[in-house]
Amino acid sequence: MSAVPQRAEQSAPAASHAATPYYRFQPFNIGRWIIWTLFAVVLLVAPLIFTSSLSQTMLTQMGVAIIVCLSYNMLLGQGGMLSFGHAVYSGLGAFLAIHTLNLVSKNHLPLPVSLIPLVGGVSAMGFALLFGWVTTKKAATPFAMITLGIGELVWAMSLMFPEFFGGEGGISGNRVTGPKPFGITFGPQIQLYYLIAVYTFVCTALMYAFTRTPLGRMLNAVRDNPERVEFVGYDTQKVRYISFVIAAFFAGIAGGLAALNFEIVTSEVVSGYRSGAYLLFTFLGGATFFFGPIIGGILMVLAFVLLSELTKAWLLYLGLVFLFMVMYAPGGIASLIMMNLRVASFGRLKELWVSYLALAVTAFITLIGAAAMIEMVYHLKLNAALGPELRFMGATLNAQGASSWFGAAFVMVTGIGLFEVARRHFARQWGEIQEFIEKEMKRREAL
Amino acid sequence: MEFFTISLLNGVSYGLLLFMLSSGLTLIFSMMGVLNFAHASFYMLGAYFAFAVTQLVGYWPALFVAPLIVGALGALFERYCLRRVHKFGHVPELLITFGLSFIVLEVVQLIWGTSSVDYRVPAALEGPLFTIYGTQFPAYRAFMMLVALLMLVSIWLLLTRTRIGLVIQAALTHPETVEALGHNVPRVFMLVFGGGAALAGLAGVIGGNAFVTEPGMAAAVGPVIFVVVVCGGMGSLSGAFIASLAIGIIQTFAVGTDSSLLGAAGTIGFDITPQTFGYALWKLKISQVAPILPFLFLVLMLIFRPKGLLGTREG
Repeated sequence: MSAVPQRAEQSAPAASHAATPYYRFQPFNIGRWIIWTLFAVVLLVAPLIFTSSLSQTMLTQMGVAIIVCLSYNMLLGQGGMLSFGHAVYSGLGAFLAIHTLNLVSKNHLPLPVSLIPLVGGVSAMGFALLFGWVTTKKAATPFAMITLGIGELVWAMSLMFPEFFGGEGGISGNRVTGPKPFGITFGPQIQLYYLIAVYTFVCTALMYAFTRTPLGRMLNAVRDNPERVEFVGYDTQKVRYISFVIAAFFAGIAGGLAALNFEIVTSEVVSGYRSGAYLLFTFLGGATFFFGPIIGGILMVLAFVLLSELTKAWLLYLGLVFLFMVMYAPGGIASLIMMNLRVASFGRLKELWVSYLALAVTAFITLIGAAAMIEMVYHLKLNAALGPELRFMGATLNAQGASSWFGAAFVMVTGIGLFEVARRHFARQWGEIQEFIEKEMKRREAL
Repeated sequence: MEFFTISLLNGVSYGLLLFMLSSGLTLIFSMMGVLNFAHASFYMLGAYFAFAVTQLVGYWPALFVAPLIVGALGALFERYCLRRVHKFGHVPELLITFGLSFIVLEVVQLIWGTSSVDYRVPAALEGPLFTIYGTQFPAYRAFMMLVALLMLVSIWLLLTRTRIGLVIQAALTHPETVEALGHNVPRVFMLVFGGGAALAGLAGVIGGNAFVTEPGMAAAVGPVIFVVVVCGGMGSLSGAFIASLAIGIIQTFAVGTDSSLLGAAGTIGFDITPQTFGYALWKLKISQVAPILPFLFLVLMLIFRPKGLLGTREG
């Protein structure tokens, strides 16, 4: 399920290329144009629909998160490189960007504010040229450990050099500075949003284009079978190195945009937690498809801004969701979407909706029971001074009363039992549909 | 001389603690190809369980009970989570242990709070063991070294002198053949994972009260043991031993050294003032640089000897 679609695509052009060496018919790809136009329209219209200042801040952050998750996926999804130090590049990019911004403010440097993210990108690229030379010497698991080591190195350094990293307080700047073409000052959030939207669109398009270049294809090959790539005559390390540098460039742009957005950069941006978050959400969104990290980036902002407000236990929920996702859907949300699209294209999706409804309801019941218990534990630990009572989804629970605990446990156990029944039914149905699709595909091939 | 002896002893005891952690990690890695990201989390769990058990029945039972609980948890995790993702490849395996480290951290904070707990050295081992050049060497440090050495010897005996050790060694390199000979390789994997987790738990029991038991302890030691494993050579136990001792000693010496490049330049006649280029770098004390030394060591090792000290393969 994981990388099959990409690989299938990969072999197809190669085969047709061999058959027709001089001329290849490329139809005007309407689907692609529609999707990209839709993406642009969504970026354009989103702040007009969600007009509150909270949602505008969130949209701005989402744009940044999308770029950084996509750049991370260039390593994880396309190159099979599991990096634990991606925040180094976005973070250092952010630091260089804010220092540049401060230079611009002091009139030392005539640079429009809208180009400052590029400074972040180029500087991150420079750091990647340096660090990447060491990290990309290895692949797979040693690569992961080395990126972790470099990440820790940079993070520890950020505390050692307060002149550059600003120590505890960080470095702050002011984005309303420099020349103001057409009266655009980037003071109001909406102006900054559109700057970030433009960057998001262009970067997404560029990163998509990268997957279509020979280098992008070779990167997939290095991920799938490095030994064979070596035999063919490519240097796998060089392929990884160049891709690593390109990924760092986009991460640096995202860092520069974040610096403009928050107008403050603290050493937290290079921390291992940040790298871990990029990894987690890129994976949740789906590393095997190009659009997966876009979902991941949106989820990241939603989780950091909304979920953390909603409950104190959000990191626990996040960890559990991640664990189950790795175990049951290693392709992330994007792969779930694509699997259902496949079922839909064979016209069998509508028989599944009852099962989906049953799954959703039973999972929700389980979640309510489990969440009630988790919230009670957190309440006992953190808000003991406020008394044993807490409000949870409209009900008042007594964290020290046996009845609340018994009720929550009962709800959860019932939920689990019903979910298991629904799951078995669904699994049978799903398997049967997949068999049908396999047969149907064979039949169509034979035609 | 005084500083040298004490630092050396402290460095060796810290290095042995690192080896207790990295040995389990190395065993798990060389056997299953899984980099256990949650290894330091098992270390933390060991310390917290020991704290809880110590409060109930005292330190000495905790020394045995806590590693057993951690080992059982590790085995359960392998059986029900890790084995399930084994078929998806190495990256999901690494990711699931990464997810576990998240959850362990949250659960520990949930049960024991976000500040450090009062997990103390037992009364019998308090106080100095001997006094050397006027500085006392704590008895507990010596106890740590003793436990680590005992564990080292017993691992070595287990791996080389027993039947199960031979099966483990064989399964490291030729799992299919071992399976064909009728051994239950998945169960061996489970045992190794549980055993590695138990070793980490034991390190937590004896390390938790020597240092400090707090939710940040896993994040503090985790990257260092990865450095040890890479520097020693992926999958090499003896390499891990040398690397842990080296890193333990280097770091301990560095923490205690107060000189800087500024001073060194001063003695050979260079005059460095705050106006000199890169003054921030010149004025750094070696004790300030100590936290990054393991990582510098890692980078240098990768540049000059990519397969590690005693490694045989280039990963």
